[in-house]
Amino acid sequence: MRIVVDLNRCQGYAQCVFLAHEVFRLSGEETLTYDPNPDDARRLQVERAAAACPVQAILIDRLEGAQPRSVTS
Amino acid sequence: MTVPARVAELVRDFKANGRIVIVGASLAGLRAAEALREEGFSGPLTIIGDEPHEPYDRPPLSKQVLKGWVPADHTELPRLRELDAQWRLGVAATGLDRTAKQVLLADGERVPYDRLLIATGTRARQWPNPTEAALAGVYTLRSRDDAARLRQALAAGPSRVLVIGGGFIGCEVASVCRELDIPVTLVERGSAPLVGALGGVIGEIAAQMQRDHGVDLRCEVGVLSLEGDASGHVRRARLSDGTTVEADVVLASLGSIRNVEWLEGSGLAAGFWGVGCDAGGRAFDINGVVTDSVYVAGDVARAPHVLYEYQFLAMEHWDNAVLGAQVAAHNMVSLEPDYRPHLLLPGFWSGQFGVNIKSVGVPPFGDEIVFTQGSAKQRRFAAAYGRRGRIVAAVTFNNGKWLEYYGRMIEQSAAFPPPLPGWDRPDDMKPIAADFPEPGVPTATSDVVLTGHDPNQRTAEFRPRGR
Amino acid sequence: MVQETPWQQALRNANRANPYPFYEEMRKTPVSRQPDGTYVVSTYRELVELLHDPRVSSDTRKRPGAIPGVDPFEATIITEDPSEHDVDRRRIMRHFGPPERPDMITDMEPEIRLIFTELLDGMKSKTRVDVVDEFAFPGPVTVICKVLGVPLESIPLFHDWIETALDGLDLGPEASDPEQQRRLAAVSARVAEMRQFLADLFDQYRKQPGPGMLSGMGNDDGPEGRLPGGSLVSNAMLMLFAGHETTVNLIAHSVLSLLRHPDQLEKLRRRPELIVPGIEELLRFESSVQFWHTRSALEDIEIAGTTIPAGSTIFVCYGSANRDPLRFAHPDKLDLERPDNQHVGFSQGIHYCFGAPLARLEVQIAVSEFFRRVQNPRLVEDPPPYRHNQIFRGPRHVLVDIDGIRD
Repeated sequence: MRIVVDLNRCQGYAQCVFLAHEVFRLSGEETLTYDPNPDDARRLQVERAAAACPVQAILIDRLEGAQPRSVTS
Repeated sequence: MTVPARVAELVRDFKANGRIVIVGASLAGLRAAEALREEGFSGPLTIIGDEPHEPYDRPPLSKQVLKGWVPADHTELPRLRELDAQWRLGVAATGLDRTAKQVLLADGERVPYDRLLIATGTRARQWPNPTEAALAGVYTLRSRDDAARLRQALAAGPSRVLVIGGGFIGCEVASVCRELDIPVTLVERGSAPLVGALGGVIGEIAAQMQRDHGVDLRCEVGVLSLEGDASGHVRRARLSDGTTVEADVVLASLGSIRNVEWLEGSGLAAGFWGVGCDAGGRAFDINGVVTDSVYVAGDVARAPHVLYEYQFLAMEHWDNAVLGAQVAAHNMVSLEPDYRPHLLLPGFWSGQFGVNIKSVGVPPFGDEIVFTQGSAKQRRFAAAYGRRGRIVAAVTFNNGKWLEYYGRMIEQSAAFPPPLPGWDRPDDMKPIAADFPEPGVPTATSDVVLTGHDPNQRTAEFRPRGR
Repeated sequence: MVQETPWQQALRNANRANPYPFYEEMRKTPVSRQPDGTYVVSTYRELVELLHDPRVSSDTRKRPGAIPGVDPFEATIITEDPSEHDVDRRRIMRHFGPPERPDMITDMEPEIRLIFTELLDGMKSKTRVDVVDEFAFPGPVTVICKVLGVPLESIPLFHDWIETALDGLDLGPEASDPEQQRRLAAVSARVAEMRQFLADLFDQYRKQPGPGMLSGMGNDDGPEGRLPGGSLVSNAMLMLFAGHETTVNLIAHSVLSLLRHPDQLEKLRRRPELIVPGIEELLRFESSVQFWHTRSALEDIEIAGTTIPAGSTIFVCYGSANRDPLRFAHPDKLDLERPDNQHVGFSQGIHYCFGAPLARLEVQIAVSEFFRRVQNPRLVEDPPPYRHNQIFRGPRHVLVDIDGIRD
């Protein structure tokens, strides 16, 4: 699956780290890093993290398995 | 039919049958495409990108990717909705024919459009000496492929990494090197790292942070040349102070160059500063007249900003790509009076040496700085930038929860210095010079470049190439 | 008699079950001055703004005329300002979450699940249950005891102390009633007993370290040192109390709200994964902490056309902000799939609920399991009786008739 965190919005509440620590990590006290393409098996954890984000900064792919193919002419 | 009814009919018809082409398949291009569909545009939509990859996110490249946690190809951006677009990936746009309304592709094809969005972004500035730049072990960092290559080089355990340029990318790479316990030297021509983006006062704090983490930091020094060994691998750099640095990996982080060459001859106000446009994303032509069919978004766009004396700003920030794309997309399928302005209060972040650096506003617009909360010594603080008695920007180190307070003050053009906090006051709360480099001093580190570029004063003879 | 303000009316005991019409009235003046000089913030935007304003203090000791030692939450992370707050919160967080212990809460999931499973098993022979006494209370209190390392045998003891303390606190027009004065008089002795109980526990753990946060906190020599003794006990009391009371109310309210909204309950039954966004909506809909009372302005603050003078007490009303129609479309509608649900049920800013991840996990498990296993639950009385406390608002009992418990 694919995710992106709007780190301008992120205020370092770390709720996502509590709920999906394999996907989201703190580097130091406040710096959030994450795996943008976590394994699909982690979807429930990631959904929990996204729902819990106090500033709703986590965006999740809404198109499971429907990625575009590259088309070159 | 009344005129308003005819206009409404026109918009409806365009949304159903118009042809839209987006050049640039990165964050801005993707979000613009999604926004167009969200706006109800159902006509043919083509997205052209020179890289063979689907749109990916760049901020992780200099952090979790380089560190080795996340592979470079695990950075693809999430899709927020179905697009039903035709993707032309791996083929660059090479020209624009505004008369015929066609985008020219590297493979010779011409793609017709009714509305065009330019979102070609920037690329890394290469080490200026081509022979030295071609040495094995010399890298730049902008694309996913760049990150994969540099990661591989770091994973091989180099004896020392030399980072040329103390902007955000350079500092983040130096930070990753230290986390990986790789010796690293950072050379910055200015007085301190981050000086172009945040000024000398904050730069000094960043410098101390680097030294505390074992970075061999050399400021006010330039790299004169890179030298390779017999096999063509870089081995050392000669610095302007007469010293040499032995390094087998060199990162040239010299800032970015806007991808505008393909627009040469198109008659647009495109040059090294980017593509000039109004605050609604509508591109200016070479005479400074706004066009109706060409739009710009993302790093390559340069638009006047109401909060900053209507100066033209290019904001190479993530949020600018997202919001700029959404505004441009809305305006592409709208007519007056439904145009929307792109009134972003810019913000950015950088994680380095365990510290979360966040900023809001345009720091280089300020000439004074005042510490408002916390302790610079502990690297937990907030500081505000001022110009002519009003607050124009703020920065926090590990104090991000307070940043929105300053953002609101900047939006309201509140007085500088801002009111005193009730607690956690810094030892010294006197405004001092923010110490930005003089304009024209090349630091190659600034993410936000301010110019007084005024399209009306440019003439039609202007030639962007060869500068 | 002088007409009461909407805020005073909202605080009246009789209106505990439904303060929302008064909140609606309050939101017409986003920041309103009360007859006693307190300022109440009822709208979302202004509330969030003040939570991020460094001129606002959470420290009751900084108020003019403050008498130290009265507020049971004094010298805890919820009533401290930076930088003391930041240091103390990090000292405690080391034993609870990231960066040092990112997996502690998720690792507890099986144990939490078992606790609620056993509570539901215990209802098997019944046709009528009290959701509060038999489910919403015993679950979280067991969990917090395990998290902190408080012996389960002491639950009845501190439950009684906490109930007394909760009943004693009244910030509304009924505070001066003789009966309420009598309740208030009982509080300080109870708080003292609770402090002693926790101080003894820390002593024990110092001699013989054990599992749980208290032992960790009492013996820790982290990079920023240990919390000083008094602060250690105060914060332990805060965690023991806030670590379950709010969760009890949230579970009870969640069951109540879903039984009141059969369409949403039906949706949840069909799509159990909706519990994840659903909990956020339930937090918005019936916030466990309705407002918070310890903030004050340290400078004059201009906001929403009002100047809050330096020294004024500020009440931030989460329960009202979460129903602000300027932020939430159709705010009085329960919508488990509500988009862009940036509620303030756990506050925002530096005082964001410390235990939020634990509460979320508990409530997700508890509410999911309750509705998965309890057959045909029907509310016996609506509205149910409410507890006295205005801040930690929740039903005293939620009686439900049931047809049985599924396996």
